[in-house]
Amino acid sequence: MAAATAVRVPFRLSQEAILAAILALALLVLAFTSEQFFTLDNLLNQGRLACEVGLVALPMTMIIVTGGIDLSAGSILGLCAIMLGVLWKNLGLPLELAIALTLVIGTSAGLVNGLVITRIGVPPLIATLATLALYRGLAEGISQARSVRGYPDWFFVLGQRDLGGIPAQLWLLGVAILVFAVVLARTGFGRTLYAIGNNETASRFSGLPVDRAKLVIYGLSGFMAALAAWIFVSRVSTTRSDMGTGLELDVIAAVVLGGTSIFGGTGTILGTVLGVVLVQLLKNGLALTGVKGDATIVVIGVVLILSILITNLVQRRGGGEG
Amino acid sequence: MSATALSRPSPFGGLLRRLSSQEAVLLLALLVLFAGVGAFNPRFLAERNLETIFQGNAYIAVAAIGMSMVIISGNIDVAVGSLIGVLAVLSGSIAVAGWPIWLSWVIPVLAGMAVNGFMGFLVAWLNIPSIVVTLGFLSILKGGLIMATGGAWIGNLPPGYALAQMEPLGIAMPIWFMVVLTAAAAWWMRYSGLGRSIYAVGGNAEAARLAGIDRRRVVLQVFVIHGAFAGIASVLFATQLSVIQSTVPANLELTIITAAVVGGVSILGGIGSVVGSTLAAILIAAIASSLIFLNVSPYWIRAVQGVLILVTVLADLWRRRRQAVR
Repeated sequence: MAAATAVRVPFRLSQEAILAAILALALLVLAFTSEQFFTLDNLLNQGRLACEVGLVALPMTMIIVTGGIDLSAGSILGLCAIMLGVLWKNLGLPLELAIALTLVIGTSAGLVNGLVITRIGVPPLIATLATLALYRGLAEGISQARSVRGYPDWFFVLGQRDLGGIPAQLWLLGVAILVFAVVLARTGFGRTLYAIGNNETASRFSGLPVDRAKLVIYGLSGFMAALAAWIFVSRVSTTRSDMGTGLELDVIAAVVLGGTSIFGGTGTILGTVLGVVLVQLLKNGLALTGVKGDATIVVIGVVLILSILITNLVQRRGGGEG
Repeated sequence: MSATALSRPSPFGGLLRRLSSQEAVLLLALLVLFAGVGAFNPRFLAERNLETIFQGNAYIAVAAIGMSMVIISGNIDVAVGSLIGVLAVLSGSIAVAGWPIWLSWVIPVLAGMAVNGFMGFLVAWLNIPSIVVTLGFLSILKGGLIMATGGAWIGNLPPGYALAQMEPLGIAMPIWFMVVLTAAAAWWMRYSGLGRSIYAVGGNAEAARLAGIDRRRVVLQVFVIHGAFAGIASVLFATQLSVIQSTVPANLELTIITAAVVGGVSILGGIGSVVGSTLAAILIAAIASSLIFLNVSPYWIRAVQGVLILVTVLADLWRRRRQAVR
């Protein structure tokens, strides 16, 4: 990945390198300003908190690489969390089956996005804005604002326990990162996604399976949101219909911060992972220095706009190549 | 259309012909809804409930006018709900601080124009997609509001501040605003140069450029105008109760976008009307109210909104495809 970038633009640092440098700097500053920050406990706990955003950010990277966007991911998370609780508590299904069905529901919700986008030709922004309202509305309607609690003990392992000294869900996130990184960088499917983002019409005429690829990534986005819902419920021990509200902001900020162009065509999983880490460290660092949660969302908004602004400026200056 | 049809328009036929098919459909839907729900539960048509539907949601219709222009120009604004929340608190703070009342009505409008002007600048001159700019501002405004107020409500508003509760000529002020602004904006969109160029920029940016229209200036102006409408909406919102909540109404931006899209504003830019968006804003409010009178849980309203957007969008694409075939 890095090699390919270096070949194309020999005089410029890759976005990942810049991001890694910023990350190192942020770590340094945070380590000096707060004693609690640079402890293993805190860092692992931050990993736990960033897990849901990380899981959803992986397929979102693929979607943004194709020039699309999925605003409904946070709502799918909310819907899946509610369905998990309702299937188990209200319908009396075994919890294992409820989890499996939840993953199916999330994937289906994502596939509906994909179908509306590919078969009917609705722009991704509007299609997923509509389903953002629809899926959140279903979550609210089905739950009637009632929460579900009282899950059995084994259910909390994934969200709250450690495996081998590391939060359980981070293993899952690690595997997901590897799979997505390999698929995007090393397979024909990944190359198809870049091709769609660079020139969709040309990709179509080259015989690439454009619609099928899009369907797959929007379905994946739904699946990962469902997975994140399962982890979220396990982590906080309860189910509420407003879970995941605004998640799409964190996810898109992380992906864009990680160097994926919002116009499509470029981006890597490594960059997104660095973006997720940076966003979480920013939140944590601000919280530790006494800044309230509301201020951190202000900062994330600013970071989102600035990162695109700077990328635009850098690209224009270095411009000229294809 | 034949010449004879033009020369002998019945007053009612003339009115109908001026409405686009989308507006006619919305008007019909409203009538059917009021008749149907009214037959099921006559209390739905009680004066008090109708007042709540029209008066209480006029600010959404006003904001949807500006949103329509933004979408017609090929952009989107997901920050408008947070902006209205911020401007409402600004308005209340000015009133409580003892400044002249009229300043508490005017400054939010100017502030809205300034904030949205900045967003429009980022979109038009620095080429950042409007979804990213407004998503960023959504969190900046929302977080900033809670930071600044600490979640405290504003009460003890001075007498004479409650603009939305005034009733000149026996008709509530929000309704005056809704009707006059809709009519003015509809006329302006159809007959003014800038109004026409919004359609041109959203419909075919390249053709608009060749026609000598400066896309960047049009987009900037659209955002500034949208900011003014958001400012007016915020004042109507702030003055309708005796306290101002310092939290943004949940998902206000989604309701406003739904009104604009359902009102016939094409998601692909270039087509739409502000009369439609106002009718749609009332329709959405009426549906929300009817859920209660039909004994359906109001928690379903957002799902209904989502379905409404999807259905309108599909109908719009289907209509375009049919026109393309013809």
